[in-house]
Amino acid sequence: MGQTMIEKLISRNIGSDSVKPGDIVTVSADRVMLDDIMIPFIADKFHEMGFTKIWDQDKVVLIYDHLVPSSQQDDVRHYQVGDRFAKEYGLTHVHRSDGICHQLMTEAGYVKPGDVVFGTDSHTTTYGCVGAFSTGIGYTEMAAILGTGELWVRVPETIKIVIEGELPEHVMSKDVILRIIGDLGADGATYKALEFAGATVENMTVSSRMTMANMAIEAGAKCAVFAPDEKTALYCGGELGERDRSLEGDSDAVYCKTLTYRAEELTPVMACPSQVDKIREVSALEGTVIDQVFIGSCTNGRLEDLEAAAKVLEGKKTAPFVKLIVTPASRKVYQEADARGILRTLAEAGAIITHPGCGLCCGRTGGILWDGERVVATNNRNFLGRMGTSKVEIYLASPVTAAACAVAGKIVLPS
Amino acid sequence: MEQFTGKVWVLGDDIDTDIIIPTEYLALKTIEDMKQYAFSPLRPDLASRIQKGDIVVAGKNFGCGSSREQAPEVVKALGIRCIIARSFARIFFRNSINNGLLLIEQPDLRGDVKEGDEITVAVNDHIIYGGRRYPIASLPENLVEILNAGGLVKAMAARNGVNRDSLNRS
Amino acid sequence: MGMTIAEKIIARAAGVAEVKAGDIHTVTLDRMMSNDGTTHLTVDMYHNQLKNPRIADPKRMVFIVDHNVPADNPKTAASQKKMRDFAREHGIDFWEGKGVCHQIMMEHYVCPGELIFGADSHTCTYGALGAFGTGVGCTDLLYAMVTGTSWVLVPETVKFNLTGRLPEGVYPRDLMLTIIGEIGAGGVSYQVMEFCGDGAGTLSVNDRMVLCNLAVEAGAKTAVFQADQIALDWLAARGRKPAAVFESDEDAVYVREYTFDLSRIRPAAARPDYVDDVVPAKEVCGVRIDEAFLGSCNNGRIEELRVGASILKGRRVADHVRFLVVPASQEVYLQAMEEGLIQIFMESGAIVMNPNCSVCWGSCQGVIGEDEVLISTGTRNFKGRAGHPSSKVYLGSAATVAASAVKGEICTADML
Repeated sequence: MGQTMIEKLISRNIGSDSVKPGDIVTVSADRVMLDDIMIPFIADKFHEMGFTKIWDQDKVVLIYDHLVPSSQQDDVRHYQVGDRFAKEYGLTHVHRSDGICHQLMTEAGYVKPGDVVFGTDSHTTTYGCVGAFSTGIGYTEMAAILGTGELWVRVPETIKIVIEGELPEHVMSKDVILRIIGDLGADGATYKALEFAGATVENMTVSSRMTMANMAIEAGAKCAVFAPDEKTALYCGGELGERDRSLEGDSDAVYCKTLTYRAEELTPVMACPSQVDKIREVSALEGTVIDQVFIGSCTNGRLEDLEAAAKVLEGKKTAPFVKLIVTPASRKVYQEADARGILRTLAEAGAIITHPGCGLCCGRTGGILWDGERVVATNNRNFLGRMGTSKVEIYLASPVTAAACAVAGKIVLPS
Repeated sequence: MEQFTGKVWVLGDDIDTDIIIPTEYLALKTIEDMKQYAFSPLRPDLASRIQKGDIVVAGKNFGCGSSREQAPEVVKALGIRCIIARSFARIFFRNSINNGLLLIEQPDLRGDVKEGDEITVAVNDHIIYGGRRYPIASLPENLVEILNAGGLVKAMAARNGVNRDSLNRS
Repeated sequence: MGMTIAEKIIARAAGVAEVKAGDIHTVTLDRMMSNDGTTHLTVDMYHNQLKNPRIADPKRMVFIVDHNVPADNPKTAASQKKMRDFAREHGIDFWEGKGVCHQIMMEHYVCPGELIFGADSHTCTYGALGAFGTGVGCTDLLYAMVTGTSWVLVPETVKFNLTGRLPEGVYPRDLMLTIIGEIGAGGVSYQVMEFCGDGAGTLSVNDRMVLCNLAVEAGAKTAVFQADQIALDWLAARGRKPAAVFESDEDAVYVREYTFDLSRIRPAAARPDYVDDVVPAKEVCGVRIDEAFLGSCNNGRIEELRVGASILKGRRVADHVRFLVVPASQEVYLQAMEEGLIQIFMESGAIVMNPNCSVCWGSCQGVIGEDEVLISTGTRNFKGRAGHPSSKVYLGSAATVAASAVKGEICTADML
């Protein structure tokens, strides 16, 4: 019987011919990601568990991003604990101000097709964009992996999502994934894997796929995967092996559900306050007055996102009293956007350009709002209170839509 | 069979991890420092009103969102005996088990129960409320093992031959 | 009897022919500036304590959000919203995220001869263009906002005669720190520092801003340079004209005079926790640092970014150091981008933030932790100013700060 992509990834990892949904298996981690918020807790648990060394330092990446730059005195303690932990256990892959963890994991080549990767952040699902099985875990489990290199997983069922055709102008992969989350519901894929296929995703850049894999967790998914192809190979800076090519789900694999979309029918959408699955057409929200726009995050802070926004903003100004905050996803993205004049265009339009990091998306700094304010944001969550008080309204949108809204000072369709 | 009774706090669907513990407080030094802010975006007074042994009953997709393990830890630190929901988000589910916080899936109780009432839970078997019996499923064996060990830290410590109580916490 | 520049500006603002030190005059203000440090308090007083609240002339008001940008918590977001709503309602010029207030004021508003109140102590910066800028509290600002006028006690003027030229690798920042070290934190309390002499003519408007900006750290009410051709050219390039160009009369009265030979100045540093605890930078070399900051209304302009970038070029920030580079304004940021400086900083591992007060203000960005050490081009090194009460702040020039960021400990640029 055929296998879905995630079944292949897991069986390959455990050296078995096949696995089936519901099987509980122990996988070996090819790479793990530790972030700055969690590191003190990981270190504590690691010590409490009685471990004295890390199973394989080369497989561990420590990234400071949520708390960079520090905005509270406590933040610094997290760097200190992280630095101490890295020194004590010989970690060499440490990024202290290079950008958002998920961006760095793929961009810096830590994750390759076929890998099994765990991270202490729910958006670890992102690495499915290069054909890896990756998922978010808590700090206790991370501590256990650091000691053992292993974790048990339940083989998930797979939902296949097929998208065929060409996306209309101004419809980005963000609109596609928001639509899918709306259709699945915030728990529609809980415990399950999403497997994307079809001409539309084949034509997408790895960055666009990253946006979709990133947000799979918002439908509750354990992971989301795209079959590696030439674009993946180019992005990862290597050639695809035969095993990588064979990762694609088999035609006779069993999917618990299949959703099919025509790209031409997709439109710009937004997730409305305060649920990610509360999806509405942008056209139905037009005219809603806004106070701020945020372009950034591991969902939509990459070069192509900034470029798309810059196209809209070129020669224009943000609306009076409306703040536009741009937080590139990584140092590399920032530098490339600078070299290409994208940052200049954004800054001339009035954007506040911050250092790469999680910024406003994680709600600790970077443009916090107050009661009654409304923000259009390109990140992944619009939960109650995520960007300030519980009376702040967060609308999630694509970079193109967000940029158009910044110019108009209200929700508008990009044109 | 383990059985207990507790007072109920009722919450809705999609109680996300940012509601359970907002990011603003995630870098406080200890879980004890954080717990006063639990559920604050939704119900700022809730954390101070919860008493040891209380039970949370919620709708679907409880704990969706972030992987922050501080979420089940603050719930546990507040003294919540268990959470009963129509469904749980998966990372939250794993994190809870690893911290020895009992989660129970039950589809019907949420529609019937009133806040402040008492319910009785018979673990891995049923819940009694208002004279009605609500069946619940048993947990998978590998999770029961972790729960029985007292959480993943203790399970690992035992594996490593460490007496956890003798450890000096930094 | 002759008058100093400061006295002439006050006389103009008071509409009288002559003033002398010690007089109290009612003056009409040319401009009033308020930032997000305190504007919310002023707005609250405006609404709650006045019987018939009105704004005398919104066109003379400027509101600038620069202290916590972008907002770092709900409290600052609330303050800024209050400010934004008020500016919108009353038609007040409003700037948000475009730079540190004094830099914005200099780039867009300040003209020679003007009397300007700002609800921020470093308003004395405007003396670089021959204006009288001084910091006031929010009650004073409220009164000024409502009436368009205020009262001033005419301050005594202290003359700072500058001779010679700064050596290579020594900056106006070193000069001003040296002066403050010499005269002390209260050395010119309530007085005006007037900078003059042939040395003044070797200084650009930027250099003069560095000097005037720190005058308050010696207790001065303000500091002033004569608006000479350098200043007027600078102004003309920005399409503005002076309100009045004053020079001090030969028989003007100075309460004291100092002379500083610029050629004898060397890299200087202020030690924690006092701006006037100034020593030669060499004396503090070797102190391990956790963070370095290049920015602020004192030292975040293109001139300083060029100095910083020239040191960082081809080098890496030390692993354990967080090096924050924060341009003083969006204009500075764009210029730095144009010159490739931003690439150099990013390449070296620096944290390049959006223009704002940043860690000089001690919140929002780059807050330092327990026992940490910061070397900064900011304005102050008071206890706890940049974060935890036990943390320490050293002040130095852009060159010293950039070099220290590379070395991981305090050092001067020539030691790299």
